[in-house]
Amino acid sequence: MQKEVKVKTNLEQDFPKTSWSKETIMRLRRNKGSMIGLAFLILLLVMSLSADILFDYDELVIKQNISERLQWPSIKHIFGTDEFGRDVFARLVHGSRISLLVATSSVTFSVIIGGALGAMAGYFGGEIDNLIMRVTDILLSIPMTMFAIVIVAALGASTGNLILALGIASVPIFARVVRGAVISVRDVEYIEAARAIGANNFTIIFKHILPNCLAPIIVQITLRMASAIYNTAALSFLGMGVSPPAPEWGVLLASGRSYIRDFSYLTLIPGFTIMLTILSLNMLGDGLRDALDPRLR
Amino acid sequence: MIKYITKRFINMIPVILGVILLVFVIMELAPGDPVLLILGDNASEEARIAKTAELGLDKPLVIRYLKYVSNFFRGDMGTSYISNRSVSIEVLHRFPNTLKLSLVAATISILMAIPLGITAAVKQNSFFDNISMVVSLIGNSMPAFWLGLVLVLFFSLKLGWFPVQGATAGWKSYVLPSVAIGFMNMAAIARTTRSSMLETIRQDYIRTAKSKGISKNQVIMRHAFVNALIPTITIIGVQLGNLLGGAVITETVFAWPGIGRLMVQSVGSRDVPMILGCVITLSICYSIVNLLVDLLYGFVDPRVRSMYT
Repeated sequence: MQKEVKVKTNLEQDFPKTSWSKETIMRLRRNKGSMIGLAFLILLLVMSLSADILFDYDELVIKQNISERLQWPSIKHIFGTDEFGRDVFARLVHGSRISLLVATSSVTFSVIIGGALGAMAGYFGGEIDNLIMRVTDILLSIPMTMFAIVIVAALGASTGNLILALGIASVPIFARVVRGAVISVRDVEYIEAARAIGANNFTIIFKHILPNCLAPIIVQITLRMASAIYNTAALSFLGMGVSPPAPEWGVLLASGRSYIRDFSYLTLIPGFTIMLTILSLNMLGDGLRDALDPRLR
Repeated sequence: MIKYITKRFINMIPVILGVILLVFVIMELAPGDPVLLILGDNASEEARIAKTAELGLDKPLVIRYLKYVSNFFRGDMGTSYISNRSVSIEVLHRFPNTLKLSLVAATISILMAIPLGITAAVKQNSFFDNISMVVSLIGNSMPAFWLGLVLVLFFSLKLGWFPVQGATAGWKSYVLPSVAIGFMNMAAIARTTRSSMLETIRQDYIRTAKSKGISKNQVIMRHAFVNALIPTITIIGVQLGNLLGGAVITETVFAWPGIGRLMVQSVGSRDVPMILGCVITLSICYSIVNLLVDLLYGFVDPRVRSMYT
C-alpha cells in the first residue's frame, strides 16, 4: 500500500521573501548598541541642521559677552560659558556642523576616489593593480594623522584643506577594501554570465560587482567617519585645522585647556561630546558589520 | 627564512623612496619663500640669490629630490631653516623619547589587554565580560589627547601625584602620557583577543582537549590562546603604528620632548627640512613595525613559517 505524502508547496507563505536590505535592517534593529548610537547620531544631525534656528550664529556663537564670562553650567547656560562669555552649548551645536561636514565630505571624497581605484585594481589586475597597490602602500606607510598634518602644513589651515587632507589620507583604505571585495566576487558565475551576454567593463563593475561588495564598504564608511571626526578635532586642537573663533570641537578643547584648573567643564564637555560621537559611530559600525554579514558574528 | 627577511627589507626601499617623494612634492606646495624665512624680509638681493644657491633651491625639483635621497641614505637629512642645526642630529636626539614612551605604552597595554580579553572570552556574557567590553568600547572611542587632559586634571592638578608635563621626573613622568596613548590600544587589543578566543574555544579540538582531561587552564593557554594569537598580533601591529602616529598629539599635550612635538613646532615655524625629517623617520619606523609584525606571524604559526621557505 502506498502512503500518500503531502508536500507543502506554499513555501513562500511560511518563509516570506525578504529583501537583503530589509533583513539587514531587521538584524540591525536587534542590536541595542547600534540603535543607541544611531539615535545619538540622528539627534546630532537634527541639532546641527537646526543650529541656526536654535542659536543665532553671530549673536551667541561668535560675539563676545565679557560680562558673562566663565560661568559654570547653570539653567541659563546648561554647559556654562567660555572665557569670552559665549554659551558653550550653542558653540557645541554649531560646532557639530563643522565636524559632520568635514567627516561626510572627506569620507565621500575617499569613497569615490578610493573606491574607483580599488575597483580598477581588483577588476583588471596585472600592471594596473600593481601600480595602484604600490601607491597605496606608500600612502599607508605614513601614519594618517601625520599625513593630514603634512598636507595642512603645505596648503594652509582651513576647513577645505582639512577635508582634502583627511580625504586623501583615507583613499588607500577604501582602495584596499574595495579591491579585496571586488577580487572576491570577480570570478563568480554571475559575472561570467554578465560578460557572456556582452556587458562592458563599466556595467559589470558598477552594476554587478560593486552592489555585491557593499557590506565591507558600508562598515568602513562608519569607521572612517569616526576617524575623521577624531582627526578634525585633533588637528584643530593643534591649531592646524579649523581656526578660532569657529566653534569647532577641537578648538573648544584647545581654548578650554588654558582654564583647565579652575574651569574644567570647558575641557570636559567638548571632549565628552567628541567621545560620544565617535562611540556612536563605532557602535553603529559594529552593529552594521554583524547585520550585513551574519557569518562574521 | 633569512632570505625572506632580506627580501622584505629590500622591498621596503621603494616604499621609503615613495614616501620621501610624496612628502617632498607636498611640501613643495607650501607657501612662502624659505630664503626670506631664513634671512628676514630686509635681506639684500645678492644675499638672497646666494642663499637660494646655497640651499640648492634654484635647481629643479627632480634634482633636489635625488640629492635629498642620496644624502638621506648617508644619514644627512639637511639643515633646519630656523635653528640652522642638522636635522638628523635633532631627530636622533628626540627619537629615543618617542620610542621609550611608545614602548612603555605598548607594553602596559598589551600586558593588560591580553589577560582581559582571555578572561572575558572564557567567562562570556558574565558581569566581568560585559563590564570589560563596555570599558573597551569607550576606550576605543576616547580621543587620546582629551584623555590626556582629563588625566592631567585629576592626577596632576587635583591630586598632584604626577607631573603635568615634560619628561624630567623619572618614571613618574611616563605614567600619564603612556596611559593616555595606551588606553585606546588596550581597548582594541582586548576586544580582538576576546573575539578571536571566542571563535577558537568553540572548535572541535578544544572539546577534544577538554575531554582528554587536560586542566582548564592548560586548555585555555596551550590550545586555545596560541591559536587565537594571529588576529591579536595583527591588531597589536596596527596599534603600534597608531602609537607612533598619535605621538604627534599626545606629545603636544604633555610637552613631551619627542619627534611628534618637534614636528608640530616645525609646522608652526614652517621649517620644511625638519618636517620632512620627522615624517620620514616616523614613517620608516611605522614600516619596520609592520614588517616585524609580519615576521612574528611566522614565529607563532608554523603554517605561515612554511610559506617563507
